Amino acid sequence: MSSSLQNKGNRLPASVVPFRRHEPGTQPEYLYPAYRATRRRAPSQPLIFLPHTLSEVTGPIFVHSDIHPNDNDLTVQHPGEPLGERIVVSGRVMDGDGRPVSNSLVEIWQANAAGRYAHAKDNHAAPLDPNFTGTGRTLTDANGFYRFVTIKPGAYPWRNHENAWRPAHIHFSLFGPAFVTRLVTQMYFPGDPLFAYDPILQSVPDERTRQRLISKFDLETTKPEWALSYRFNIVLRGREATLFEG
Amino acid sequence: MDLTPTPSQTVGPYLHLGLTDTGSVPCIAGKGVKGERVWLTFRVLDGDSVPVPDAMIELWQADSEGNYKGTEGHGNSTVDGSFRGFGRMPTAEDGSCSFETVKPGPVPGPGDTIQAPHINVSIMARGLLKRLSTRAYFAGEPGNASDPVLALIPENRRPTLLAQPDPTRAGGWIFEVRLCGEGETVFFDV
Ligand SMILES: [Fe+2]
Repeated sequence: MSSSLQNKGNRLPASVVPFRRHEPGTQPEYLYPAYRATRRRAPSQPLIFLPHTLSEVTGPIFVHSDIHPNDNDLTVQHPGEPLGERIVVSGRVMDGDGRPVSNSLVEIWQANAAGRYAHAKDNHAAPLDPNFTGTGRTLTDANGFYRFVTIKPGAYPWRNHENAWRPAHIHFSLFGPAFVTRLVTQMYFPGDPLFAYDPILQSVPDERTRQRLISKFDLETTKPEWALSYRFNIVLRGREATLFEG
Repeated sequence: MDLTPTPSQTVGPYLHLGLTDTGSVPCIAGKGVKGERVWLTFRVLDGDSVPVPDAMIELWQADSEGNYKGTEGHGNSTVDGSFRGFGRMPTAEDGSCSFETVKPGPVPGPGDTIQAPHINVSIMARGLLKRLSTRAYFAGEPGNASDPVLALIPENRRPTLLAQPDPTRAGGWIFEVRLCGEGETVFFDV
């Protein structure tokens, strides 16, 4: 369904092509009692369905001046090298039709190799690494590709339940082209024994879609004698097909 | 190839490290931008009315003439005269954060309608497996009565989307976000 907007005054006519809605089960619900913090923060009322207007189909644009030279290499942001297993994390950001999402901001953050965040509120009894902050930022290229160099994060305990540990993960934040394509998610590493015990990963109902959060070991992009490599492709919402526009 | 969109996961308690320590955007419209200057304060409360000290608010708005535009700049790179429409702040210990901006103009809505001035709001936090979306309208704005989005909401819940004038500050507005329970804010399925 496409709704065209009336021309008001001297404003240019604009057409609004809505974005597709998520299939049931492919995104978590707000309330997932096994993840304890959802119980006091999940809304109790049903959401109001909002047909997309200009406000939803537009969104902020970020440019190269928003990025600093070492923002995509988390191993060179300090005088010394961080401890841990150096890795390359790369992938492609696409929309729901497989088209590249180009020149789009990707932000990441993560714990160090010992499972400790360089954050004042993280009091896990694991060492901080003076050579690791764990913050990265880049823009996708014209074909939607992004690439970070970092170290493999450690698992960490989080007190959600008895002996709760988060599987190793990297937090990802993406914008895409519109207010409604905004996505914050987490990337996991293949074969982690903690998957089955993690309510955050398990909150995604559909098994197959849940697997999308697990990166793939990628021998091809591994740098010999230097770093292993993981590939994490991300799909943002695509637009609805329209028979007529404008 | 499976093109199901990637699922959302919570932003977690350490969002500041990746998103706000160097990526906060408290000023949406630089000093020279024309329009009615406003200071908009958000306060986020949980289901026990306890302030949420580890949330992040992101805003997206039209300029004073109602135009959304491609915006430039990030972090602290705001320059006078630049409007970017985008803002981002973490909540403090008291659950609040504030933005400086200009009041957006009316924006075209579906069909023949006009949307009253509003700011699009995203809320992310530990305990939110996906972001919450809402809108901040301005109490007393004549256009609110004919706004096509407010019309979708049961009348008794509409006030939750109205920012109220801040009695302590000229040009100040306050928008309270109640995540759940009594007085729960209206959130949208976008
Ligand atoms: Fe984390």
